[in-house]
Amino acid sequence: MRFSQLLALAWRESRTARRRLLLYMSSISLGVGALVAIDSFASNTQRSVREQARALLGGDIALNSRTEYTKPVLAVLDSLRKEGAGVSDVTTFASMALVQRTGLTRLAQIQAVQPGYPFYGEIITKPAGEWAHLHEGRSALVDPSLLIALDAHVGDTLALGFARFIIAGTLVSVPGDVGVSTTIGPRVYIPEKYLDETSLLLFGSRSDHKTLIKLTPSLTAAKFIFRFKNTLEKAQVRYRTAAETEFNLTQAIDQLRDFLSVIGLVALLLGGIGVASGVNAFVMRKIDTVAILRCLGATSKQVLTIYLLQAVAMGFIGAAFGALLGIGLQLGLPHVLAEFLPVDVTVTIEPAALLTGLGVGVWVSFVFALMPLISLRNISPLQTLRRESDSAALRGANFDPIRVLVGVTIALSIAALGIARAETVVQGIGFAGAIAAAVGLLYGAAWLLSSSARRIVRPSWPFVLRQGVASLYRPGNQTRAVVLALGFGVFLMSTVYQVQDNLLRTVSVKLDASKANVLFFDVQDDQGAPLDSLIRAAGYTITQRTPMVPMKITAINSVVGEQLLKADSTKNGERRERWVLRREFRSTYRDSLMPSEKLTKGKFHTGGTPASQLPEVSLDGDVAKGLRVSLGDTITWDVQGVKVPSVVTSFREVNWTRFEPNFFVVFETRALVKAPKQYVILADVRGDGAVARLQRDVVTKFPNVSSLDLTLIQQTIGRVLDKVTAAIRFMAGLSLALGIPVLFSAVSATRRERLREGVLLKVLGATKRQVGRVMLAEYLLLGSLGSLAGVVLSVGGAWGLMRFVFKQPFVPALLPATLVALLMIFVAVSIGMLTGREVFRETPMAALREA
Amino acid sequence: MLEARQLTKEYQSGDHRLSVLRDVSFTVPDGAFVAIVGPSGSGKTTLLGLLAGLDVATRGTVLLDGADLSRLSEDKRAQLRGAKVGFVFQSFQLIPTLTALENVQVPLELRGEDGAPARARELLTRVGLGDRAHHFPNQLSGGEQQRVAIARAFSNSPRLLFADEPTGNLDSDTGAHIVELLEQLNREAGTTIVLVTHDLALAHRAQRIIRLADGVVVSDAVVEAVAPATVEV
Repeated sequence: MRFSQLLALAWRESRTARRRLLLYMSSISLGVGALVAIDSFASNTQRSVREQARALLGGDIALNSRTEYTKPVLAVLDSLRKEGAGVSDVTTFASMALVQRTGLTRLAQIQAVQPGYPFYGEIITKPAGEWAHLHEGRSALVDPSLLIALDAHVGDTLALGFARFIIAGTLVSVPGDVGVSTTIGPRVYIPEKYLDETSLLLFGSRSDHKTLIKLTPSLTAAKFIFRFKNTLEKAQVRYRTAAETEFNLTQAIDQLRDFLSVIGLVALLLGGIGVASGVNAFVMRKIDTVAILRCLGATSKQVLTIYLLQAVAMGFIGAAFGALLGIGLQLGLPHVLAEFLPVDVTVTIEPAALLTGLGVGVWVSFVFALMPLISLRNISPLQTLRRESDSAALRGANFDPIRVLVGVTIALSIAALGIARAETVVQGIGFAGAIAAAVGLLYGAAWLLSSSARRIVRPSWPFVLRQGVASLYRPGNQTRAVVLALGFGVFLMSTVYQVQDNLLRTVSVKLDASKANVLFFDVQDDQGAPLDSLIRAAGYTITQRTPMVPMKITAINSVVGEQLLKADSTKNGERRERWVLRREFRSTYRDSLMPSEKLTKGKFHTGGTPASQLPEVSLDGDVAKGLRVSLGDTITWDVQGVKVPSVVTSFREVNWTRFEPNFFVVFETRALVKAPKQYVILADVRGDGAVARLQRDVVTKFPNVSSLDLTLIQQTIGRVLDKVTAAIRFMAGLSLALGIPVLFSAVSATRRERLREGVLLKVLGATKRQVGRVMLAEYLLLGSLGSLAGVVLSVGGAWGLMRFVFKQPFVPALLPATLVALLMIFVAVSIGMLTGREVFRETPMAALREA
Repeated sequence: MLEARQLTKEYQSGDHRLSVLRDVSFTVPDGAFVAIVGPSGSGKTTLLGLLAGLDVATRGTVLLDGADLSRLSEDKRAQLRGAKVGFVFQSFQLIPTLTALENVQVPLELRGEDGAPARARELLTRVGLGDRAHHFPNQLSGGEQQRVAIARAFSNSPRLLFADEPTGNLDSDTGAHIVELLEQLNREAGTTIVLVTHDLALAHRAQRIIRLADGVVVSDAVVEAVAPATVEV
């Protein structure tokens, strides 16, 4: 038979089956759509990053430091200016912004910029063009959210410390900034020349210094690094090029894509299971036709080719539809993720992503359809004379090497898909293994149900219940496919909601525990007592007044300077972590543990050690590990030029998520009580508008003191989390959508059997109501088991994520899990009743003819 | 044309070995019209399956136009059927998703022959269904479906035609027309016909009747020699 004739016969023979086959193949459409959307979005974003890399950084090189630049670094910058390079500084710090007209104040992110900033990219303002005039006077440009928070408008006077600025406009877009960050700290841009006038940068104030450099044609980034790398690293100044920015961002996008792809892959594989289930039912319908073809002279190869052609054609259409869906999703993804992206993404169709999605979709539908289709080879032409049961007609040899080969192909395909999407081969295999484990568990649950159903049913049970249970183990039942489809959907959704619930609980519990709702910081030594009095005079309670002393490590035991970074300077030969040695520690002193701390080793100091002994110090466990210190080791600290030696006497585990001042290093009181210090003050301020009033009074009297309304912070974090969970809920919704076509496929595959059974029951005297109850019993049981299996898996999945990724305690969230389970049971029952509605519509005679 | 030599077919049923056919032997010459009769359970359908190469005997051989079916693979038997054998079934066995014309074309297309549609149309016209070529089986009456099946059976100009209760699902008038059609095509094409039936009247249209009972041949006689009234079924 020529191939064209085979093709023609395959096309003709598929006439009545196309819609059904298409339904089965639509199972993969969502998976293909998700992959196409994710890949296209990632490609679009990476292209946008490449095009906007220099604008993202603002210059060719960016320098960053948490401290003032040293003389060598300043000399570098001077030499660059002399060589004609552009150099522009930005000083960033947090401070209270007060609008005098309204009296409202809010913590803001102040950015004091020099002319020329940024060298690349455009800062768009409203009114337009205000950025160009920023340095012409005492202007400030602010985020729109700050105007709302302060009930202010353009033209109002903004007080920053002791300086006053006119709000000239709002920021519409700033290259490289991630939208969500302004939710936490709205920005204020002011000219750098007025920074000193604000008097906000005092002892201990935290600020970030950034310098943008626009290189000359003769001074490339590589030459810059070659010339100045040592000087900068010695001064602990970080530097970044536009190429590195591009690389880091594209890497981050790759990781995001890989993460999102997991959902897409799971969708695709779930779709494959739907395809296999549906094609299995399709094969059963074709037994008679195949037997006739075999009688007429068709070989097993010809028969298999005819139906493979049908499956591949429908698979292609399903995948093509999925690709179109992916393009649609791709248009929406930038909006969903806009607040988390540092670039404006230009959406274009990515042929590579489209073709990859299409190819993967066709392949997946092909291999999953192949498994049931190869049974067609076993159909004997004798079935035309004497028809056996479907399962007997399809039965082949006990060991079928082709079936084994197809199974291996499926397993390798899953592994290959996982590896292609993962960062490493091991991760990819791990992913495939995890999928296999989840599928195995769900299959096991389904097997358990169908095998135990036969045993647990009792004659005393109502007929409709017994009949519904019998449907779970009847020959050709779809119990496994339905439980798998349902279980996976529930697993994905429930995991997402459980993790979200646990993360939010972490935030709220910590705030409640502190019993304070306002935090004041950057309180100078001489401001501590007056501020304390102001707060108490207003009738509020001070819950904590914590001193904070900035310092750096100069020596551990007798090892100093750069020697500290050498491996042989530690007892166990392991290098100390660089960040721990270079950072400025903000330490405190007290003689007791706080509720947020737990002693893990040694004995916490209680004060009273004689002055002849070294003062005792307690370290956070992770910091101690990074420093490679043990109990009894000495650490010498540089406190504003004064060397303060100490002995390590205990380690602590600190709960950093609590909204309280927590410290890496806690000294015995006598060590630092006379050191220059700042304070952090926690107060309990209750009453309508009380917090805003107090903040205004404090910033009026102490302009450098910043404050945080912790309730507002919790709300803000909640809003940020809401934005994050909106994106996650989009994926959770996709998970639900994944299950539905697969469920349809699996359920409708038994339509004929259900119709026949229902009609027979009606012939024998069952009412429509009784037949309906039988179907309801079947789908309630299926839905319940699938959902239960999925919920149990999700508890394990969520525990794993909280424990190993978020490193937080896990509490199973029963409410969201229950709601998801109930939803999926409802979906299963609805689909079951919908696909079986013909039983109710047709007369027994008409249905018997069709069956 | 067709020779059965000591054909035996056994099935395993639980612990027992069930013997459905035992040592059946006979020869059917070219162009003959033979009927195989017997009561339900006598093994006639099993015998038909073995003779047509649809099944494999436990012991014994079938020679179909000189080819030993027991030595051929399933696919080779299928190809032999496509080349030399036609079938007419009790339940017509038309492919429901194909039109009458397309059903008749199938054997020709399976052999890769050109001009299948034209040949199929000619055959449909010959069986009186030229104007129903584009109807699907569910749009045709039983008699019309069986005529399409006959047209299909003759599309590859078979040397041998097997008919399994061809009138079983038809009323007597329609059944009679179908048998006349079969006889006519047998005369014109010289096709050997092997007919399996319960219907003694139908069986007597054949030249020879082979009677089966309990899996063995109990009589094998030319039709004139057997009076219908004396045959027990």
